Amino acid sequence: MALKIVKGSIDRMFDKNLQDLVRGIRNHKEDEAKYISTCIDEIKQELKQDNIAVKANAVCKLTYLQMLGYDVSWAAFNIVEVMSSSKFTYKRIGYLAASQCFHEGTDVIMLTTNQIRKDLSSPNQYDTGVALTGLSCFVTPDLARDLANDIMTLMSHTKPYIRKKAVLIMYKVFLKYPESLRPAFPRLKEKLEDPDPGTDAESHLHKCNIAKVSKQRDYASMQESLRRCDFFAVKYLGLLAMSKILKTHPKSVQSHKDLILQCLDDKDESIRLRALDLLYGMVSKKNLMEIVKKLMLHVDKAEGTTYRDELLTKIIDICSQSNFQYITNFEWYISILVELTRLEGTRHGHLIASQMLDVAIRVKAIRGFAVAQMATLLDNAHLLTGNTQRNGICEVLYAAAWICGEFSEHLEDPMQTLEAMLRPKVATLPGHIQAVYVQNAAKLFATVLQKHEGETESQAAQETSQLLIDRLPLFVQSANLEVQERASCILQLVKYIQKLQQKNVEVAEEVTALFAGELNPVAPKAQKKVPIPEGLDLDAWINEPPSESESEDEKPKAVFAKEEPKHSRSRHTEVDEKELARRREVRKQEQANNPFYIKASPSSQKVYDAPGVEHIPVVQIDLSVPLKVPGMPMSDQYLKLEEERRQKEKAERKKEKKKKREKRGKERKADSGPESEEDIAPAHQVDIVTEEMPENALPSDDDDKDPNDPHKALDIDLDKPLADSEKLPVRTHRPELLKSPAEDRDSESVPQETKKKSGKEKKEKKKDKEKDRKRSKEEKKKKKKHKVEEELLESQPEEAVQSEETKEAAAPPTSTSAEQEVCVLMCVCLQEVTAPSSAAAAVDTSSATAPESEPDEPKDTEPEDTKSSKHKKKKQKKEKEEKEKKKKKRHHHHHQHHGDAGGEDSVQNGTVEEEEPLPPMSNYSLLAENSYIKMVYDIQGNHQDESKVVVSVIFENKSDSFLKSMEFNVLDSLNSKLQRPEGAGAHDSLTVPFQLPPGVSNEARFVFSVQSIVMPQKLKGTLTFIVKSDESSTHEKLDFKLHFTCTSYLITTPCYSDAYAKLLESGDLKGSSLRLEGINMPFHHLLARICFHHHFSVVERIDSCASMYSRSIQGHHVCLLVKTSDQTVSIDAKCDEPSLLGNVLDEIKQTFSKC
Amino acid sequence: MIKAILIFNNHGKPRLIRFYQYFAEDMQQQIIRETFHLVSKRDDNVCNFLEGGSLIGGSDYKLIYRHYATLYFVFCVDSSESELGILDLIQVFVETLDKCFENVCELDLIFHMDKVHYILQEVVMGGMVLETNMNEIVAQVELQNRMEKSEVSDQ
Repeated sequence: MALKIVKGSIDRMFDKNLQDLVRGIRNHKEDEAKYISTCIDEIKQELKQDNIAVKANAVCKLTYLQMLGYDVSWAAFNIVEVMSSSKFTYKRIGYLAASQCFHEGTDVIMLTTNQIRKDLSSPNQYDTGVALTGLSCFVTPDLARDLANDIMTLMSHTKPYIRKKAVLIMYKVFLKYPESLRPAFPRLKEKLEDPDPGTDAESHLHKCNIAKVSKQRDYASMQESLRRCDFFAVKYLGLLAMSKILKTHPKSVQSHKDLILQCLDDKDESIRLRALDLLYGMVSKKNLMEIVKKLMLHVDKAEGTTYRDELLTKIIDICSQSNFQYITNFEWYISILVELTRLEGTRHGHLIASQMLDVAIRVKAIRGFAVAQMATLLDNAHLLTGNTQRNGICEVLYAAAWICGEFSEHLEDPMQTLEAMLRPKVATLPGHIQAVYVQNAAKLFATVLQKHEGETESQAAQETSQLLIDRLPLFVQSANLEVQERASCILQLVKYIQKLQQKNVEVAEEVTALFAGELNPVAPKAQKKVPIPEGLDLDAWINEPPSESESEDEKPKAVFAKEEPKHSRSRHTEVDEKELARRREVRKQEQANNPFYIKASPSSQKVYDAPGVEHIPVVQIDLSVPLKVPGMPMSDQYLKLEEERRQKEKAERKKEKKKKREKRGKERKADSGPESEEDIAPAHQVDIVTEEMPENALPSDDDDKDPNDPHKALDIDLDKPLADSEKLPVRTHRPELLKSPAEDRDSESVPQETKKKSGKEKKEKKKDKEKDRKRSKEEKKKKKKHKVEEELLESQPEEAVQSEETKEAAAPPTSTSAEQEVCVLMCVCLQEVTAPSSAAAAVDTSSATAPESEPDEPKDTEPEDTKSSKHKKKKQKKEKEEKEKKKKKRHHHHHQHHGDAGGEDSVQNGTVEEEEPLPPMSNYSLLAENSYIKMVYDIQGNHQDESKVVVSVIFENKSDSFLKSMEFNVLDSLNSKLQRPEGAGAHDSLTVPFQLPPGVSNEARFVFSVQSIVMPQKLKGTLTFIVKSDESSTHEKLDFKLHFTCTSYLITTPCYSDAYAKLLESGDLKGSSLRLEGINMPFHHLLARICFHHHFSVVERIDSCASMYSRSIQGHHVCLLVKTSDQTVSIDAKCDEPSLLGNVLDEIKQTFSKC
Repeated sequence: MIKAILIFNNHGKPRLIRFYQYFAEDMQQQIIRETFHLVSKRDDNVCNFLEGGSLIGGSDYKLIYRHYATLYFVFCVDSSESELGILDLIQVFVETLDKCFENVCELDLIFHMDKVHYILQEVVMGGMVLETNMNEIVAQVELQNRMEKSEVSDQ
């Protein structure tokens, strides 16, 4: 070992440290990547070494490389190793690296729980601080759940440095584990009201919707900043402030409209954007047109596409906000939209398009106008598409074509529009737009037919058919599947119609019927609101899910389908029927999902020269002013018109009012103030089609909430009283349904077997790292030859163990084999690296005896036959050994978990280093037992309520029958009462919330309220249950006595030496003492026992003398000074409640008398 | 909430990055590039606030930065943070660095990234402002450094 250390430090001398690495990278500017990759190789070597200093150095370098963009997650496990170093220097490096690269997906993160818990309760405040800081960066829901209670304890730490951090991190914990908010809230509130200046950061928590005043955090510092800050910041902040005021006092901001518009000219983009934001909030019916006009001017002036795009979206946002609330004249709005299409290089073509569609569909009165505008747009499409750079804007053609087609009855000259839509140049448009063109050409065709139907000379109709037949082949050859399909379909249709026309058959009506029916907009949330019909299970499989192999088979099929268009470009009719049916299905689905029928799928836009296209004359309209679409009414004109109209209206209204007033006398007050919003009537009857909702839609209010808002989870009613189920998990036991022990054991025995086979290899194939860690420790222990203990272990109860065990097994359900390997490795390393601290934490061992709770247990209660059946598959000779091992392992679990619960922190506090490990301990003691059922129980105080204790009872079904309808009842005393649900009588029994199949055990918790805690107490109770076997069922009953010791009212509470000294000095405490003779165990075992069984924590330990502390649920302080010499232990104790102290000491004495 | 703290130099080379929200490494680098691009093209005489970065947090997020000699200190924050508060915090952070490194310059940050992190950890924790009093921060940092030294001498 010594040699290793020497070797390590020599290695270290040659290792690069962070500075060397940085220097090296700077010296290799030209081949940086290569240099770094050699460095990473070196780091990998360093990480393989045993020396923790070398490892820490390597991890530190990795942190630097992470900043440069290198993924270092492969070293996550090494980071955990460094984190668990006992030295602050390395621990800090480890936590830093973890905070830089751990996240919820990091699998080793769940291995850190115990380490973090240990650091949190470390006597060194900086260990705690570093752990809190690290945790704040990578806390996961699991960590939050497991550590919430520990962190809550830290909120009343003696050091303000820790308190402050603990309070801050609670916010993160709430976000990850919202259930913790309600139980933690009272203490949090207390902390917030705490005038202690050390915790100024606590006001941060206001953000958790607790109090929304975070903005006023540091008024003083802000003022200082204002002084220091430049003018631009002030301008920016002024605008920001205005947007806040706007929400409450819109009028006062609106008067600064001009000022804000001026800010749009500012050279600072941040300020311009702020101003834009503000404008959004301050438009009204009255000023909308004016503001938008100003914005349009800016659009023309704007440099840089980003800002111009921002302007464009803002204009659209402003106009369309709250369902076009502020638009009084939709003609104006359409003109604005059309003007916006002139923008060069905008990315927002689709935005304009969707607005056009929206308005045209929903505002019936505007359709005529919109259609005329869109027809002009289509006619001048080349202006939009001329430049390939301006691709984005051609999206508006999609809208234009659809509007012209759908509302073609408003078209003045459908023939001309039809011609415009079938120009060869259209073929250069993106596929999804062409598809709309084709489809709507058919609609126009129907309109034309209808118009000319009945005329004797149906020349026009026949010309139209011919036009379509001439032009459509261009589209039939399109590379785009959608276009090609639609075009060929329509082409055939037109050909057929042409035939009929030649026979003078009237077809118009039937063709129109193809496109009959009106589309109504569907409300965005309509789908969500459709109530699920009764009896419909959406999660159920309709057909059996396809097996893996099938899905693989499908892949090549999909590829084939994709390639298909190439083959069938010219002869699509060859496509087999199945394929057609499939396509039809797809199309139907698309149509169902898209109110506009058209699937907007971008695709390649290849042009295929088809025979017969060249001879079509391409008419290019040459315009001298290319950017002004001819015949377009400019939006400005509307502004003028609108103003005039309003003037007129106003005047008329006044007149009317006058008349009225004359008629009615002076009943009404004069309305001389400025024109109010409501007075402005829309220019023409605007009929906004309401969005459709499904019949009997479910009313729901939660629509507006953003499902991604991380704070949503915190919308919790904080005023409701706490339910028991809500209390923070106090680590000992979580009621969880347990697997049958049989299953459990089977799964474990597999790794067991491999373990036998070879020495080192065995570690690589374990199910669960926790288990494994323990197992390897077990081996160590073996070496130490605690044979006596092993025998004793055998006789320990099984049932209490099971709950822990199953939980452990269930905890990492996602573990993959690789992960397991890593974990196993980790455990081995952890052991070597951190033997003094973490190993000691996990394994506290002293052989001597089983703890108090065990002795009255009967020997191995498990029936032998069940056992053997479980191991049928195993070889007989191995069976016995395995059994033994398993048992031991299980005990370890058990014990470890309990160690976590109470003993752990304290043991660390006691600086147990490199001493003999402690034996497993359990606080569960037998409650009652008969041939059917066995109950063991443990009583725990509850932090959150000073008058409650939780009794955890594990029920184990020992019989071969099914146990159900278990009812638990206790005869209340004046002092202690079982908490029953509201409405239940004082003598009613509580139903145990589960049933027990044979051999299964499960845990239930019962809450008792206690008044005085200074005396121990016994409560009589009864458990009744029904035993159900195949033939019969019987009603059974089991009496028990619940023993509330004074110890069970104590809660392990960390205390630091300075606070401890103060407490003793205060003189409020009364003393007592106790002598124990003939104690034959190491001092640290003694301390660990007191910690574990009596919920104490070690404050300080010097040689053979230790001070300990605990607190009762009602806040009594209990201080112990334990000294030992020659098998004699003397305990001097102080407490503010002498009788409580007396009883606790008696119980301690009893514990050791059993040793 | 602070979403990220980035320190990079006039050429966009990162000197310290601290994300309080998980992003994969390549995304982090992209964010650094984007942020550098946004910040570096701004004059020194315009305001220290900037909106419109697309990578973190979307619209509810803002860059608050200060430019010192060769370094940009950029804090990406959401709307719950006070702009001036953060601006001041950057100042406090830089002054603290100045005190801890004695006339801090870019080289200090380059070679002692870990130490800069430790100082930052006393200022901001998990994206929340922890301490704004420079003396308090310096005191805590020094206590921890002393602890580290004592551990080294123990060896």
